Amino acid sequence: MAEFFFMGGYAAYVWPVYGLALLVVVGLVGQSLLDYRRQLRLVSELESKAGGRARRAARTHRSDA
Amino acid sequence: MSTLSTSQRLQAFANPTRFMSLSGRILGPMAAVTALLLLSGLYFALLDSPPDYQQGETVRIMYVHVPSAWLAMMGYMIMAGASAIGLIFRHPLADVCAKSAAPIGAAFTFLALVTGSLWGKPMWGTWWVWDARLTSMLILLFLYLGYIALWATIEEPARAARGAAVLALVGALNVPIIHYSVVWWNTLHQPASVFRMGGPTIAASMLTPLMLMALGFTMLFVTLLLVRMRAEILRRRVRGLLLAKADM
Repeated sequence: MAEFFFMGGYAAYVWPVYGLALLVVVGLVGQSLLDYRRQLRLVSELESKAGGRARRAARTHRSDA
Repeated sequence: MSTLSTSQRLQAFANPTRFMSLSGRILGPMAAVTALLLLSGLYFALLDSPPDYQQGETVRIMYVHVPSAWLAMMGYMIMAGASAIGLIFRHPLADVCAKSAAPIGAAFTFLALVTGSLWGKPMWGTWWVWDARLTSMLILLFLYLGYIALWATIEEPARAARGAAVLALVGALNVPIIHYSVVWWNTLHQPASVFRMGGPTIAASMLTPLMLMALGFTMLFVTLLLVRMRAEILRRRVRGLLLAKADM
């Protein structure tokens, strides 16, 4: 186990590579999902505020597409 | 459906509403495949592959560095290709695709540069050299950042898309330069050992983790691209709704 973490003496180079990759991937996934949820919430807020007529119109338009 | 021509079918697919329902259905399975590929790739990369006879354990850096560099270039080609389609056919979904690919490509370029540096120090004895491969990769990062900044500075999406598309296409010249830089100029960087004439020169025990990680990174890229495109389509719907409210 200790040998695995030692990485043949190159631990100081190998582990930062995998750590940084994890950080970048988690950051990308997290930021993408947060932005998606935010936009989803904004759309539903605005559509419910837009009132019944506009919403009915939007729905008809969407089913035409 | 059978009476529709191919181009009509393509247009139906490129419809944003159709895109939303289709991408919504395939996202879950794609995320699962991505996770499986990356986990099995990590298993082989860290546990079930031999150290290199020259580079020792640092060869494990390759399994992150090389796929990142491939994705950095693939991301730019997607961005430039979608930009060209957006410019020629004026299709809004193409602009959405180009814009959404940029931050993912930039992240992989950053990862390729830093992991390369962490590999260069023990193997070449230096974090950085201003040779053709490293410099053209750094230019790629700046092209991505410039592209993202251009989108951020122009308010109206259609105008921003056109300006950014021109930048993306001019910058596309850099991609073949990156690829051939190790052939055209003297460099510390080793030449291609997988996608080359005459097949890969790399040992099978190292090709397995490399290919699994590359496939996993590629699936991650495509899955993230779909999520970001969905968010971008919603962002435009929000913009439309806000403009409509301002009109009332």
